[in-house]
Amino acid sequence: MSESIQLEYTVPGNDFTRAGEASADLKSTLKRLGLPAAEVRRIAIALYEGEINLAIHAGGGQIRVTVDDHQVEMILTDQGPGIPDIPKAMEEGYSTASAQVRSLGFGAGMGLPNMKRYTDEFDIQSTVGVGTTITMRVKIG
Amino acid sequence: MEGFIHSVTLEAQLCNGCTNCIKRCPTQAIRVRGGKEVIEAERCIDCGECIRLCPHRAKRAVSDPLTLLDRFTYRVAIVPPSLYVQYNHQENQDLVLDALCRAGFDDVFEEAEASQLISQATSRILATGSTKRPVISSACPAVTRLIRVRFPQLIQHVLPLVPPMELAARMARRRAVERTALPPEKVGCIAIVPCPAKVTMGRAPVGSSHSALDGAVAVSEIYPKLLPLMDGGHTPPHRAAAGASGLGWAAAGGEAHGLLGVENHLVADGIENITRVLEDLEDEKYDSIDFVELRACPGGCLGGVLQPENPYIARTKLRAMQRSVGGQVEPMEGEIPPEMLWDTDLTYAPVLELGGTRGERFERYNRMQTIQRALPGLDCGACGAPTCEALAEDVVRGMAQVTDCALLRCRQLEARLKGLEKGGGAEE
Ligand SMILES: Nc1ncnc2c1ncn2[C@@H]1O[C@H](COP(=O)(O)OP(=O)(O)OP(=O)(O)O)[C@@H](O)[C@H]1O
Ligand code: SF4
Ligand SMILES: [Mg+2]
Repeated sequence: MSESIQLEYTVPGNDFTRAGEASADLKSTLKRLGLPAAEVRRIAIALYEGEINLAIHAGGGQIRVTVDDHQVEMILTDQGPGIPDIPKAMEEGYSTASAQVRSLGFGAGMGLPNMKRYTDEFDIQSTVGVGTTITMRVKIG
Repeated sequence: MEGFIHSVTLEAQLCNGCTNCIKRCPTQAIRVRGGKEVIEAERCIDCGECIRLCPHRAKRAVSDPLTLLDRFTYRVAIVPPSLYVQYNHQENQDLVLDALCRAGFDDVFEEAEASQLISQATSRILATGSTKRPVISSACPAVTRLIRVRFPQLIQHVLPLVPPMELAARMARRRAVERTALPPEKVGCIAIVPCPAKVTMGRAPVGSSHSALDGAVAVSEIYPKLLPLMDGGHTPPHRAAAGASGLGWAAAGGEAHGLLGVENHLVADGIENITRVLEDLEDEKYDSIDFVELRACPGGCLGGVLQPENPYIARTKLRAMQRSVGGQVEPMEGEIPPEMLWDTDLTYAPVLELGGTRGERFERYNRMQTIQRALPGLDCGACGAPTCEALAEDVVRGMAQVTDCALLRCRQLEARLKGLEKGGGAEE
């Protein structure tokens, strides 16, 4: 069993100037580790979307990343409002973002679908009033 | 292709070991070791940022001396448009071109003429979609080299055309050989350059297997030599041929504005700004952009570190000059000539990676994290590395020791002293 790498990030709620820091940091770490550029790109895009969702919809949250020999796993947890209808939230174009958030260029309803598209495994668990946990995995060759 | 040649050097006797430059280097290529700076050649992209920052003028660009001209029978100056606006001579291109001819050159070739052709070819490439969108300009060699070491994912977006200076040299040599019937090697094509990145471009081009340039003389070197030759006492012969759009390339935004039929472009200048844009481009954050113009220097080449004039004043003069010259770029007819195209691929140079097999990299990374946690996290630079993280990395790479951290040494000493006080004797 070879070594793995653990990374942890805390995403503050509603701070749009800082949202994106976790995915930027992960990207530079993965580059330094020499992981394949195409996978690094998919990981960075997926995590960025997740990070923005934590900031916008959940009032902040935590990210845990485990990098090992064959995959990168990202677990995003929050104690936000939860998602009442997950299949609906997963639809392209579905968004509950406020007009203010839309004016910042978010709220196209593409985040969750893109996270699923860019990763090899995607799982979402949510309980209204308790919070949401998203697990994403990307295989690395 | 090239080795890791670069053109920024250090005047060791002027460097007092301050850490201004190490903290702002975009590729973390500089360290202070033993009280002096060292530049890691393979990481340096010649952006010139450290030259700009150094308060002691200890950083220099190694360009060629004017005596280089003596090696050739027929000498052609490759003239960047930014040179015209370094002087206060009513923005007259002919005065500057004439002064160059009186300073020892037999002919001049305007880079701006080549720029216009590159604009045409770029519009063509954008129209055919042969390069991935958004297409990133390849005119600033520091940008191309930054992409090569830090943004492998963006390499396919870089415009596969030689920079204007190179194209100008190729055209100038052809014209000189036609005019003089001399063998090509007797013709010297010597560029006047605003930056170390362009010095390196002639010595170790990126994207081309060879360069038509025979040397590069810094603007700062030729500037005082031309001054006395520009007395207004005579009317210089008319040599200038470039139009407003080619001249515009001297300033950031000039290249993008010269493109026909391209609505959505992004222009950014200054090394920190362009790095941010490249990060975002890599994450595909902008989807409707067709063309991206990036320049390492603030304000574009007018802000090159070897330029004497204030770039903002130069910019005003440039606008006046463009207005007086006018002219428009026509669409390119026929195929893009091969001399404009890259003949080698831009390949990723993984000089910022940890190195080794994947297992080794993981192990190194974890060791680095452990070391970093032990460091104070002040990023003070006193150890000679730009950040605590960089010191941890250097330790793992075997190039530094944890005890290079002054604060850590201090704390260890303190702990030992306390031990002495308590124990009342030597601990060893
Ligand atoms: N962590 C979360 N907590 C609560 N609700 C969420 C969370 N993540 C997503 N949602 C809900 O799911 C909807 C769809 O999310 P998605 O990321 O696809 O689109 P968006 O964030 O609204 O817009 P975009 O991501 O395109 O900017 C959101 O509008 C929101 O209602
Ligand atoms: S912007 Fe111009 S002057 Fe500055 S590094 Fe790039 S090519 Fe050189
Ligand atoms: Mg979203």
